[in-house]
Amino acid sequence: MKRTIFGHRLLPWLLLFPQLAVTFVFFLWPAGQAARQSFLREDAFGLKTEFVGLANYAALFRDPLYLNSLQVTVVFSVAVAVLSMGTALLFALAVDRMLRSARAYTTLIVWPYAVAPAIAGIMWWFIFNPTIGIMPYLLDIAGYDWNHGIDTTDAMILVVIASSWKQISYNFLFFVAGLQAIPASLREAAAIDGAGPVKRFFTVTFPLLSPTTFFLLVVNVTYTLFDTFPVIHATTEGGPAQSTNILVYKVFVDGFIGLNLGSSAAQSVVLMAIVIALTAIQFRWIERRVEY
Amino acid sequence: MIRNLAVSGLALAASMTAAAAQERVEIQWWHAMGGELGTKLEEIVKGYNESQDQYTVVPSFKGTYPETMTAAIAAFRANEQPTIVQVFEVGTGTMMAAKGAIYPVYQLMQDAGEDFDPSSFLSAVVGYYTDTEGNMLSMPFNSSTPILYYNKDVFEKAGLDRETPPTTWAEVVDFSQKIMESGAAPCGFTTGWISWVQLENLSAWHNQPIGTLENGFGGLEAELTVNGPVQVQHWTNLAQWQKDGIFQYGGPGGGNDAPPKFYAQECAMYMNSSASRAGVVANAQDFEVGYGMLPYYDDVEGAPQNSIIGGATLWVLQGHDEEEYKAAADFFTYLSSPEVQADWHQFSGYLPITQAAYDLSTEQGFYDQNPGTDVSIKQITLNPPTENSKGLRFGNYVQIRTVIDEEFQALLAGQKHAQGALDAVVERGNALIREFEAANK
Repeated sequence: MKRTIFGHRLLPWLLLFPQLAVTFVFFLWPAGQAARQSFLREDAFGLKTEFVGLANYAALFRDPLYLNSLQVTVVFSVAVAVLSMGTALLFALAVDRMLRSARAYTTLIVWPYAVAPAIAGIMWWFIFNPTIGIMPYLLDIAGYDWNHGIDTTDAMILVVIASSWKQISYNFLFFVAGLQAIPASLREAAAIDGAGPVKRFFTVTFPLLSPTTFFLLVVNVTYTLFDTFPVIHATTEGGPAQSTNILVYKVFVDGFIGLNLGSSAAQSVVLMAIVIALTAIQFRWIERRVEY
Repeated sequence: MIRNLAVSGLALAASMTAAAAQERVEIQWWHAMGGELGTKLEEIVKGYNESQDQYTVVPSFKGTYPETMTAAIAAFRANEQPTIVQVFEVGTGTMMAAKGAIYPVYQLMQDAGEDFDPSSFLSAVVGYYTDTEGNMLSMPFNSSTPILYYNKDVFEKAGLDRETPPTTWAEVVDFSQKIMESGAAPCGFTTGWISWVQLENLSAWHNQPIGTLENGFGGLEAELTVNGPVQVQHWTNLAQWQKDGIFQYGGPGGGNDAPPKFYAQECAMYMNSSASRAGVVANAQDFEVGYGMLPYYDDVEGAPQNSIIGGATLWVLQGHDEEEYKAAADFFTYLSSPEVQADWHQFSGYLPITQAAYDLSTEQGFYDQNPGTDVSIKQITLNPPTENSKGLRFGNYVQIRTVIDEEFQALLAGQKHAQGALDAVVERGNALIREFEAANK
């Protein structure tokens, strides 16, 4: 047995350097700037700067609109996660039962993942446009007056559908892989014992899929927290009456449109804390405990 | 030897031309004019660059108004700011308060020794951009005011006179009902810019204050007062008309869904910027468009007063050298010349910013050949502006515009009454103004 040992102390650092540099420049430094900014009150041009301590944070948690945004984000995240994972699981189960055409279906279902979120947003905006869209027209025939420009529930439904649509593909792939990893013998044994398809799913398949499901849950929540920005921007712009103004969109609106940098920075820091917590949960809890 | 001489002679000539070329001072102009307006703007700049050999203006399109403003501010923080930036009217409060960042235009023109007469500009336009001492802080470029567009063919189909637009809100309702009952169109009217047209201009048009301290012109301590009886009545009506189908909401901000409703002949009337004219004419394929002034409530004393402007002006930013500022001043003189202004006004539907440009357009017979194109200018100059109708100036107004949209949506969704929605606009708006005041003390 030959073991290679590098005596060089510098080399590992040298090899790590590009990655560390990228992390520093594109993550740590801006994050540090945001953290610093969150303690300041500053005019847009940066001409007058004043240290205000935690005032930006205090104002944030007193602001009913921020609390509303938190609530909207929770509703939105849960809805997107449930809809996209539920649909993806159904599709994956259906494909798993197929023998010959499974690959063709898999390829087709994965396609939407290649669509950029902004384009997906525009597409759904067209489909649901109250004036020129096809869906409001059909819903009108069915007796429902769709108008996501005024109705807050309609708007939430629209952004949930538009955000879930793309994510279904991603979740689907993982579920298909997860299903394939479950030994057929287990399900066959259950079948021989007299368990029907529904019973087999809930007692054998779904528990064995739980590592995949937990992983996807975290990934999906992170997705709804950040990557849904273009979808919101292209469809509702956070409206009507802030009913779809999720946290990341509010950071953008307050900081880049409203030029209120202190508050916007404080919001980013809160968002960062949420994601750090989620990641910690994923590593500490899910990766270790969901084992069989 | 001779050959060598010839070569060095050539090289010398080449370096001299290069030197001559280098003498041209280059300045950056960041703007927010996309599409046809952007093409026209580049044409104007090209005309300027070719008209003299000292300065070169380089225009760059930076996206929407808020994006352009944010880009310029971010650039200023990074010390990469352009010399000239186009900022929309609601950004005026922010720019004005940034004293160390801007180079006021009146001072620029004075320092550069340009022949500059502020009184040649239309007061309704310039008033928006002058400080309390009457000094012009930015250069008006594209200013517009909302007017009423209507579908002449639908009017005729409904048995109305195709040449007579409604003048009062009572007529708007009456006409809309006739149009809807006759089946000429399914909706009476729609509008772009709820904030700008149906609140700010509504207030000015009826001589109602938008805020204290002369609508904010008097200082950063101003407060909003848009929850007065006229505004509340109008918003109550709008909510009712939306329910009745007379009015259809076109969305927040500029109201992206409004123009298609008018173009598709779904709504017979449409209120929006006079600068939408080019777009309206291009899209009104199957019908003829008429123009009118904004409607008013005839039971409100003092109405109609005059409407206020929107659009953008050019701000000069600090941090460049003297030569570049000379270039900017020279370019501004060119931009405000009657020929350039008249051309821009006639092409775009923006207001002519100088009296001379208006006179020139009249002389050229533009208004006779294009009836209705002078509605906008007649409307802003209908009466001498009062404290309530010369414009508005509040800090953080970009965000306040969003607040107005949100509260209007809450009104339409039935979550609030007009009084509650407008009270909320005032309360939330004032909080934003206070925040701005604190950051800019």
